[in-house]
Amino acid sequence: MILTPRNKQKIGIAGLIALSTITVLPIVALVIYILVLGLPAISWDFITSFPQDGMRAGGILPAILGTVYLTIGTAIFSVPPGIAAAIYLVEYAPDNTITRLIRIAMINLAGIPSVVYGLFGLGMFVIFLKFGTSILAASLTLSIMTLPVIISTTEEALRSVPNSFRVVSISLGASRWQTIWRIVLPQSIPGIITGIILGLERAAGETAPIMFTGAAFFLPLLPNTPLDPTMALPYHLFVIATQIPGMPVQVQYGTVLVLLAFVLGMNVIATLIRSRARKKRQW
Amino acid sequence: MKNPRPNSTIKLGEWLITFFIRAAGYVSILYVTLIILFLLREGLPAFKNVDLSSLFGEVWYPIEGYYSIWPLLFGSITVTIGAAVIAIPLGVGTAVFISELAPPWAKEILKPLVEVLAGLPSVVLGFFGILVLSPFLRQALNLPTGLTAFTGSLLLGWSAIPTIVSVAEDALNTVPRTYREGAQALGTTQWQTIWGVTVPAARSGIITAVMLGIGRVIGETMAVMMVTGNAPVLPEGLNAFFLPIRTMTATIASEMGEVAQGSIHYQVLFLVGIILFFLSLVINVVSFMVSSRRMKRTERLLS
Repeated sequence: MILTPRNKQKIGIAGLIALSTITVLPIVALVIYILVLGLPAISWDFITSFPQDGMRAGGILPAILGTVYLTIGTAIFSVPPGIAAAIYLVEYAPDNTITRLIRIAMINLAGIPSVVYGLFGLGMFVIFLKFGTSILAASLTLSIMTLPVIISTTEEALRSVPNSFRVVSISLGASRWQTIWRIVLPQSIPGIITGIILGLERAAGETAPIMFTGAAFFLPLLPNTPLDPTMALPYHLFVIATQIPGMPVQVQYGTVLVLLAFVLGMNVIATLIRSRARKKRQW
Repeated sequence: MKNPRPNSTIKLGEWLITFFIRAAGYVSILYVTLIILFLLREGLPAFKNVDLSSLFGEVWYPIEGYYSIWPLLFGSITVTIGAAVIAIPLGVGTAVFISELAPPWAKEILKPLVEVLAGLPSVVLGFFGILVLSPFLRQALNLPTGLTAFTGSLLLGWSAIPTIVSVAEDALNTVPRTYREGAQALGTTQWQTIWGVTVPAARSGIITAVMLGIGRVIGETMAVMMVTGNAPVLPEGLNAFFLPIRTMTATIASEMGEVAQGSIHYQVLFLVGIILFFLSLVINVVSFMVSSRRMKRTERLLS
């Protein structure tokens, strides 16, 4: 075959299709694999009872609840400052060196390896502030990791509100804060919620930052206060996949499916909110 | 007109909120500073307590006081190179396909799948690696163990793909349509337009994408710890790729739980954390500079 530009194009496009297929096929395979093997392990008992027999039997209730606690804790410590920081960057920040520095700091936060967050949380929250290995320390650690996600998605949502809205509001005599509270925020709420969920989704699936700040190998009781350690789904999965000899595969598949459902469920909700808001948008 | 609240309380409330917002603006700087301070506080004493000859020796064997960072650095580099070789062609190729060629229905399939991949917790990838990938590779390649640097590279390659695809796709999307139309008006095929015009125009964005992807690979912890076999040793030859290794991240994650707070081993693990922190700092700041230079250039071109 002669390599005319047209033939080259055909080969090239076929190559790109092949690359894209290679990229996504394993993802499909992984999800189907986990669904098929995990579903038989799921039962009401599995998600509502305690582990038994050295975690080889029984359910994973404490791990599920622990991940819920950690996610709520992370939201408490990351959502208010995250939204405020985004409002500052969009509505107040002057275009100067300090603002540039804030951006570099944010990008840096977003890139720090998760295990380094774990070290920091251990050094600052567990040891220096004496919170001990606790839900509080782990939530604070996760919240710093989540912050850049929340800031940047909220920023995007705020920026998508047309500037004319602000100009009109100010010209009608509203103050800057009134404009933000009554005009800009209501318009960007769906985008902000999407960002929050995506940030929390990442936090819920993380293992390394909570390993030395709040996650426990096994606890016979549920945590009572935020100063208690907790079990958590991702860490529990790590433990039963690597640390326990003779672990029945069934329980492992069930756990991985619950974790996946938790995380991807949040992802789906975020996507739905975003696409509904886009359809409803009037400008 | 009736005002329900006296003006001064509104003013005070507004002042407080504005103050909170301004303070929160600086929270990123505050956190980065705190992270640096605490890493240094816990990690720097290692230099005082460990001989430099041990830190830069050849063996990582903390129980006997050997704390060489070379085997760990070598492990991280090996896995990262392998992952980059896998993720760059797949990620950039997929991004080009999605942005330039794919019909709408294919985009509707590809983009959500890449997002699912982005949302998969690293421990789930590791789990899949242990149960499926490594037994498969052991049989297929006839290796003594499936827990090798190569297995880690495969998993991490995939975990870097979402970053590369989304950043590179954004970069390709910002190339003005007039570029493509201009090229095709000159009689180029679509393929020639892509590689001769569009991709070069988005070059700095694609470089940023690749760097951020590599940054993600270096920092990846759980998956790589679960599948690379936990062997902090220096390699003998090129076959190191198919032998167990251990990365810096995995070393911290697997040993930090067992050390006494404030011990030398503890300090050295923080030192490894400092190295990781500054590696990610350099990668992220450089890629930020590359992409902001691109923005300036585009502004100049379009003005």
